[in-house]
Amino acid sequence: MDALTLARLQFAVTAGFHFLFPPITIGLGWLLVLAEWFGWRKQDAVYVEVAKFFGRLFAITFAVGVATGIVMEFQFGTNWSAYSKFVGDIFGAPLAAEGVFAFFLESTFLGLYLWGRGRVSKGLHWFSALMVAVGATLSAFWIIVANSWQQTPTGYVVRNGRAELVDFWAAVWNPSTLPRYFHTVVGALVVGAFVMAGVAAWHLLRDPASAFARKSMKLAVAWGLLVSCLEVMPFGHLHAQQVARTQPEKFAAIEGLYTSQTGAPLVLFAVPFSEPPRLKGTLEIPGLLSWMAFGDTGAHVQGLDRFPPENRPPLWLTFVSFHNMVALGVWFIAIMAWAAWQWYRGLLWTDRRTLRALLVSLPLPVVACQLGWVAAEVGRQPWIVYGLLRTGQAHSPTVTAAEIALSLGLFGLVYLALGALWLTLMVKKARVAPRLPAAEQARAAA
Amino acid sequence: MDLNVVWFVLVGVLIAGYAVLDGFDLGVGVLSLLARDEQERQVHLKSIGPVWDGNEVWLLTGGGALFAAFPVVYATVFSGFYLALMLLLLALIARAVALEFRSQLDGAAWRRGFDLAFGVGSLLPAVLLGVAVGNVLRGVPVTAAQEWAGSFLGLLHPYPVLVGLVSLSMFTMHGALWLRMKSEGALEARMARWIPRLWGAFVATYAIATAASLVEAPHLFAGVLANPLFLALTLLVVASIAAIPALSRRGAAGKAFLASSVAIVSMILVAAVSMFPRLVPSSIDPANSLTIYNASSSPRTLAVMLVIALVGMPLVIGYTVLVYRVFRGKVRPGTGGHYDEPVRAVPS
Repeated sequence: MDALTLARLQFAVTAGFHFLFPPITIGLGWLLVLAEWFGWRKQDAVYVEVAKFFGRLFAITFAVGVATGIVMEFQFGTNWSAYSKFVGDIFGAPLAAEGVFAFFLESTFLGLYLWGRGRVSKGLHWFSALMVAVGATLSAFWIIVANSWQQTPTGYVVRNGRAELVDFWAAVWNPSTLPRYFHTVVGALVVGAFVMAGVAAWHLLRDPASAFARKSMKLAVAWGLLVSCLEVMPFGHLHAQQVARTQPEKFAAIEGLYTSQTGAPLVLFAVPFSEPPRLKGTLEIPGLLSWMAFGDTGAHVQGLDRFPPENRPPLWLTFVSFHNMVALGVWFIAIMAWAAWQWYRGLLWTDRRTLRALLVSLPLPVVACQLGWVAAEVGRQPWIVYGLLRTGQAHSPTVTAAEIALSLGLFGLVYLALGALWLTLMVKKARVAPRLPAAEQARAAA
Repeated sequence: MDLNVVWFVLVGVLIAGYAVLDGFDLGVGVLSLLARDEQERQVHLKSIGPVWDGNEVWLLTGGGALFAAFPVVYATVFSGFYLALMLLLLALIARAVALEFRSQLDGAAWRRGFDLAFGVGSLLPAVLLGVAVGNVLRGVPVTAAQEWAGSFLGLLHPYPVLVGLVSLSMFTMHGALWLRMKSEGALEARMARWIPRLWGAFVATYAIATAASLVEAPHLFAGVLANPLFLALTLLVVASIAAIPALSRRGAAGKAFLASSVAIVSMILVAAVSMFPRLVPSSIDPANSLTIYNASSSPRTLAVMLVIALVGMPLVIGYTVLVYRVFRGKVRPGTGGHYDEPVRAVPS
């Protein structure tokens, strides 16, 4: 394999692996804020135990997120030096802002949160949980800003052989920043809700009376239903509309629209083929894609045929990842709505089928995040900065294929080990329920 | 002062902040390889537990600031130091994960494995960061097209390796000073005994490296010997280094740690004054050197970044001080805290 392919593979591996963890910590971070709030303001000891329990899972995941995130911060320079020189005038600023405004906040207050219980006032302790969640959410903002600028660059001029900043705020608020930000962060909130619900389900399957598991489940289902709905409508929808407007090739690829047409159908299911581009076994709703993208069933939607072959993204991967993500998004709403209904009827705690479904669904939002990321980034190809710089011109000219292969091999091994250790530890920690005082348990169960 | 100079200073501040703060974390990590028992190891880990994460962010922010302010340096040096940097990243991963994972389970093999990962994951960065600085001070093969033209083995020249030993001994001493402040009893007494020895190793390597610089990196001394700032900082380096054992002998552990922090900052500033306005001297042709002018972002980006730094960094320093104040004082094993949160429950 050549250096370019290896560098791309290395980026996919390191970014994909890293992106397993931040959605979990962003999602759990806000649930910790809620649980700590109820624990503090309502003096509810069960919620304090819920926070401590999920705080442990948070800390373990955060460590892996930090460790793998450092790699991302340096990798643009090591593997993509031509890219770094081309975009450094714009792309570096959000990364630095992420450090200054977000990551310092998150990391410093995490120390206070994890080590400060009983040492600082309850108010300050809750505030530290809040700052951890705020820091994580701001962190996502600046990273999405940087990445969105690659998707829909604005606020620059190409001068001196590089993209130079003309208008900082135009670059920050480029057309895809907000749609992508809300879609990504609310997706992370869904991840957190399913982690909490899945773990609570595991405990309820063993002890339906567990006050700790019931409170966790209530919090997770109430929050999870809300954010699962918001993730699709409006945020998923708005993001798709933005892609249709600003990156029509990507839109055509993910939706499987290979010929331009008026009254374009929404493809629910199909098997895509690349050469020549076509779908087989298609299940579709006529006119719906036109309506969803442009608010009119008769609207004209550009298909892949409008774009020269050298500017088209890979078809199979974008179509499959996008459609599976959407299917999962629908499942999240369905299972959370059903769980909420069973809770309302008072049946959830003993409904083993629903609890098992929640347990099995635990990792699915993480999968959906990965699929969404694949659709977004593969859909941007062949560009590293859309319309400005091709991925094939962006890697480090002085780094050899052998060097990348060596480091990729090392990272592959280390990440495999790290993933296994993380999973082992998470499972072990998640199986140990806090023991509540008998009085507390009785009061909560009543 | 133009914006390029301002950003030269600010990147220097970030590097110095990282070296002082994560420097003692790395030192404590190196010393943890020599901890006598589980209790001592707990004190090592807990002494940095609440703060190491924030300390490491200085490195990340430094990387981001370098990317934003001097993208050519970020791109050329990072791609040039490819394998060395990958090694550094793997070590930092091992250290971060080991710190958080090791105390979560009781198994002897689990803990031994992560203890080793933590120690080695601290030792390697302590050396490699110095090796990287040594290479940059000496000059690296940068072509007229601002591209790298060197090899991995070229990075392991004796001079940079010597600077790697300086950073190792400096961080280890700095870590010992921190650990002495945070510990009690036998561990505190041992650190008090080790500090003068570690100081001796540090002074010896630093003196040899300085002498070697006259031969290996004469460009560092050209024109600065008459610079009053250079001379004042050199005096500060000498005075603060001399103060460390004197204060330590008197039992003033906190002040000795402060002196060590001043020494680290002033050493970095001396090197910065010698380098100015170069960021990376070229060993091929001095005219190819990357400077704060030919490697920088546009004035607009530098201005925007300055606003970000001026708004953000006072806040960062404010809450960092708050957290250090909350966790001041001695660490005692087995008295709560995140790393020995007992598993107070049975599986349900």
